[in-house]
Amino acid sequence: MNTEYLINILLLMLSAVLVENYIFVQFLGICPFLGVSEKPDTALGMGFAVIFVMTLSSAATWLIYYFILVPFGLEYLETIAFILIIAALVQFIEMFLRKFVPALYGALGIYLPLITTNCAVLGAALINIQEGYDFLESLAYGFSSAVGFTLAIVIFAGVRVRISFADPPKVFRGIPIAMIAAGLIAMAFSGFSGMSF
Amino acid sequence: MSYSIKDFKRQLADGLLDKNPVLAQMLGMCSTLAVTTSIANAVGMGLAVTAVLACSNVFISLLRKIIPQQIRIASYIVIISGFVTAVQLLIQAFLPELDRTLGLFIPLIVVNCIILARAESFASKNPVLPSAVDGVVMGIGYTVALILLAAIRELLGAGTLLGYRVMPDSFEPAIIFILPSGAFLTLGFLIAAANFIAEKRRQRAAKAVAADNDDIDNASTDNAGIDNTGTDNAGIDNENIDNESGEEGDK
Repeated sequence: MNTEYLINILLLMLSAVLVENYIFVQFLGICPFLGVSEKPDTALGMGFAVIFVMTLSSAATWLIYYFILVPFGLEYLETIAFILIIAALVQFIEMFLRKFVPALYGALGIYLPLITTNCAVLGAALINIQEGYDFLESLAYGFSSAVGFTLAIVIFAGVRVRISFADPPKVFRGIPIAMIAAGLIAMAFSGFSGMSF
Repeated sequence: MSYSIKDFKRQLADGLLDKNPVLAQMLGMCSTLAVTTSIANAVGMGLAVTAVLACSNVFISLLRKIIPQQIRIASYIVIISGFVTAVQLLIQAFLPELDRTLGLFIPLIVVNCIILARAESFASKNPVLPSAVDGVVMGIGYTVALILLAAIRELLGAGTLLGYRVMPDSFEPAIIFILPSGAFLTLGFLIAAANFIAEKRRQRAAKAVAADNDDIDNASTDNAGIDNTGTDNAGIDNENIDNESGEEGDK
């Protein structure tokens, strides 16, 4: 494990958070982004739940892919296998937290069931395989793209709180004005694309 | 068979306008925003989703009395991901070009909320024929919304339609519409336009109901197409739609 490898991983993480932000650049996980971004508190709760699940699911799907699917020549089943792994993992995390870490369950519990159908989680698992990341890189990528997701959703929740005090035309109320605000934040995020690693 | 032309018309109106998956229910936003950089991509994605939606609706409807209530979501996901894998392999084999541009978003149809939402709210409660129609019609509604969004973005962002230059030479393409931020902005305006049209339709339906008040049968047909009528309620209706979309979005 040399320095070059570590620097590579660090750059991978930085680029996953800012340059390739899941919400504003890659459009993964838009549903929870619009659904639970009414208040910064809930947005943060959802963000932590996603970080937790995405890091674990990146590891689990990587292991299953390279130790079960590849040896048996079943790569074409990756979509089915991954979604089942994620669903089972979320269920398992929920049961584990309820039993052993009730405090954390109280904070994250209500967001966990929603995560199964969050495309960011499946997206991260598929990108890990597509890009040919090794185990540590997959772990780092899953964790840092979830951090990028959390950053985006918390910023957006702050903006939405301000929007709720504004008085847009009737047809723009709710989702349309939120979309336009997201567009403006995305414009700011596209500034990061100049940082190429 | 109690399925009639009237039911079909209502489903068609639901899929294209009143319950349009993208413009009214805000489902499947990820793929909507990501693939609409050109009309060709939008058509490809729309057809892929329509195929999966129709097949999964038929299967779930056939199995609706066999699947136990407690594990229904898991069963739906397995059925859906089976069809998605089939569609993905077909696209890889016959349309490699499309596979390259849509990339990740084909396997991500599995977690597209539209498909699970239709499975849960329609196919699991209705017989096969209406479910099949529902799948096709909702898929077409999704495709139409995608094409609209892509047409605006392609026209303003590249000055072309389907790859052919249609804008005059003096037109400088606004690259922002092809960039991610343009996707959010355009979709925001498109949903606002859809809200405006829905509002107008609701008002007109309310007027029609008031006019044909004697003809109760006629009035009830009008009501069937549109969930809530009544001009004075219009503001509240709008609120309801917003709340609903928020909840649906959570899935």
